[in-house]
Amino acid sequence: MSSAYLGMPAFPQAAKAATQDARLRANLRRATHTIRDKRARAVGELDDWAALREAGRRIKDQTLRHLDVYLLQLEERVTSAGGTVHWAADAAEANRIVAELVRATGESEVVKVKSMATQEIGLNEALAEAGVTAYETDLAELIVQLGDDLPSHILVPAIHRNRGEIRDIFVERMARWGRPAPEGLTDRPADLAEAARLHLREKFLRAKVAVSGANFMIAETGTLVVVESEGNGRMCLTLPQTLISVVGIEKVLPTWQDLEVFLQFLPRSSTAERMNPYTTMWTGLGPGGAADGDGPRAFHLVLLDNGRTDTLADEIGRQVLRCIRCSACLNVCPVYERAGGHAYGSPYPGPIGAVLTPQLRGTGSEVDASLPFASSLCGACYEVCPVAIDIPEVLVHLREQVAAQPGHAAERAAMRAATWLFEHPAALAAAERTASATRALHPRTLPLGPAGAWTQARDLPRLPAEPFRTWWKRHRAEPPAAPQSTGTSQPPTTPQPPTTPESTP
Amino acid sequence: MTSRDAILDRIRAALAAAPEPEPVVRDYRVAHVPVDDHAAVVDLLAGNLADYRAHVHRCTEPELPGLLARLLADHGSRSVAVPPGLPASWLAQADGVERVPDDAEAPLTAQRLDGVDSVVTGCRLAIAETGTLVLDAGPGQGRRVLTLVPDHHVCVVDTARQVVASLPQALPRLDPTRPLTWISGPSATSDIELDRVEGVHGPRTLDVVLLA
Repeated sequence: MSSAYLGMPAFPQAAKAATQDARLRANLRRATHTIRDKRARAVGELDDWAALREAGRRIKDQTLRHLDVYLLQLEERVTSAGGTVHWAADAAEANRIVAELVRATGESEVVKVKSMATQEIGLNEALAEAGVTAYETDLAELIVQLGDDLPSHILVPAIHRNRGEIRDIFVERMARWGRPAPEGLTDRPADLAEAARLHLREKFLRAKVAVSGANFMIAETGTLVVVESEGNGRMCLTLPQTLISVVGIEKVLPTWQDLEVFLQFLPRSSTAERMNPYTTMWTGLGPGGAADGDGPRAFHLVLLDNGRTDTLADEIGRQVLRCIRCSACLNVCPVYERAGGHAYGSPYPGPIGAVLTPQLRGTGSEVDASLPFASSLCGACYEVCPVAIDIPEVLVHLREQVAAQPGHAAERAAMRAATWLFEHPAALAAAERTASATRALHPRTLPLGPAGAWTQARDLPRLPAEPFRTWWKRHRAEPPAAPQSTGTSQPPTTPQPPTTPESTP
Repeated sequence: MTSRDAILDRIRAALAAAPEPEPVVRDYRVAHVPVDDHAAVVDLLAGNLADYRAHVHRCTEPELPGLLARLLADHGSRSVAVPPGLPASWLAQADGVERVPDDAEAPLTAQRLDGVDSVVTGCRLAIAETGTLVLDAGPGQGRRVLTLVPDHHVCVVDTARQVVASLPQALPRLDPTRPLTWISGPSATSDIELDRVEGVHGPRTLDVVLLA
């Protein structure tokens, strides 16, 4: 992933630093509580939410099961509509492809639509090394870029900054990147948005190359979909002559009709809106090709693997590839609320990051090994997930994997993460409250679908909180080194049948 | 081996033992409101557009030129971008407002449009449940840039023919090969403390005319 994250401390250390920052915690708490209440109202408007969720889950599972077929169909449709499709096995290859495409245009700057995939591969840093400046145009990404900072939330990357900090960043830094902040800039959000509008407009109007991701790609039509709010996406997707979209291979959907499901629940889960202000859909170069004067004259789609096929090979872990990056799981997570996004050491923070990052990157580093332990397994993330990713199930599965790794670094990481959780009783208490509210929603057996086969051969992983606590108590009674030296180190959460009365509905 | 072949091979190997998942069942609602009550569907569209800070107006066909003239005047517009195929009568009463037509022979540049105050367009359809306008760059709508760069967008919806209740009703009526822009209220951001602010890069004022 992004070189910017290299050398990040493991979750517990980073989380400790974050929880000591009172302003960060206040910002995060206010923001996540606001959005979670709004989301509940937006979801409550649809009385068929459960049916939509089940349809969305099954569409994604079908897509993943036949991913090769749909990618080939997509490639054929995009190509016949005038686009060019590239395949990138890893971050380095994707970065090289994009850098070469930009170089071929003769340009030395690009405008960017907010994209998780390009953060994941560290595209901005790679382009900088190739002599190309990438301008982030999403307001929050702009705040992060100007502040020489890292994003801390999937949807609201500058969620850790309050209005006063944002004003200061604009006043101090905008001039270095282009048009300076207006004289006498206040910290009113409307004034800050106006400053961003002025700063970025000159970049939009002169940009020749744009880089985007995509929320969805439709195999049967070759259509790409970008969902956004500010209009920076429309600017980037419409004005430049060359458009390069870097998209994870799991973002494909089989049919045009499938959008009727995903466009109903993505905005409601993400920004808690019935619909986001702007959505752009395009198919290659459009019906008139490069000649119709509407939109780019060249379109390149870079399909990105970068660990996704490894994830696909894991029968429990592959469900994480259903993720549509809505960030609902972040906003309900008691651990995220207190630790903040940076503690997760990747562009994917929160519960989804704790299950996605270790699968994309492996669990070789201490931060990645610690991620599956950055949770109290309360289950709130699973409850709000629009595509029903059983994050607690995957966390438990990944803990097993970490515990089975040779060497003790992983175990130490796990211990520290557990210790952090228990040193923060508020996080744990919140988790337990949520757990009691959501346990009734947990299926008695594993959800249907690909995991179904798994349940035939194995017991359910045990349900939240109690086993983890027991594990911790057991380990607290001994020095951390003891299990290592005696060779009895147990996976912290070996799957067991549920035994506690409250763990069944 | 190319990366394309390598990725496809890896996918196939990953799925070699994977079971066939359950089939997709679409037992969610086609719409959340009674679709045969057209007046109620149009009211819902109006309400949802207004909820996201679009200014909603209703009029009949004969009233349309007068209303459009007033909306441009109220915004203080001195120029208006005109997409190909916009009925000439619509702007017949917009006295003193410079018409800036876009056509294939002389397409307007983004820089030129940055100096134009408003744009008036029709749409392909509108979705009531989500308060969404969909433009497909067809006649009376024009290239996507037209409704993006000017700061004021007036969009006319023919309620008799262009309003649907829901997304499942909308998608079959749209042509995915055309460039589509879905608009649900004016440009907005919640990136600063999750405080919603209308107006960042797209038109900061969105007037929607529901034509009876």
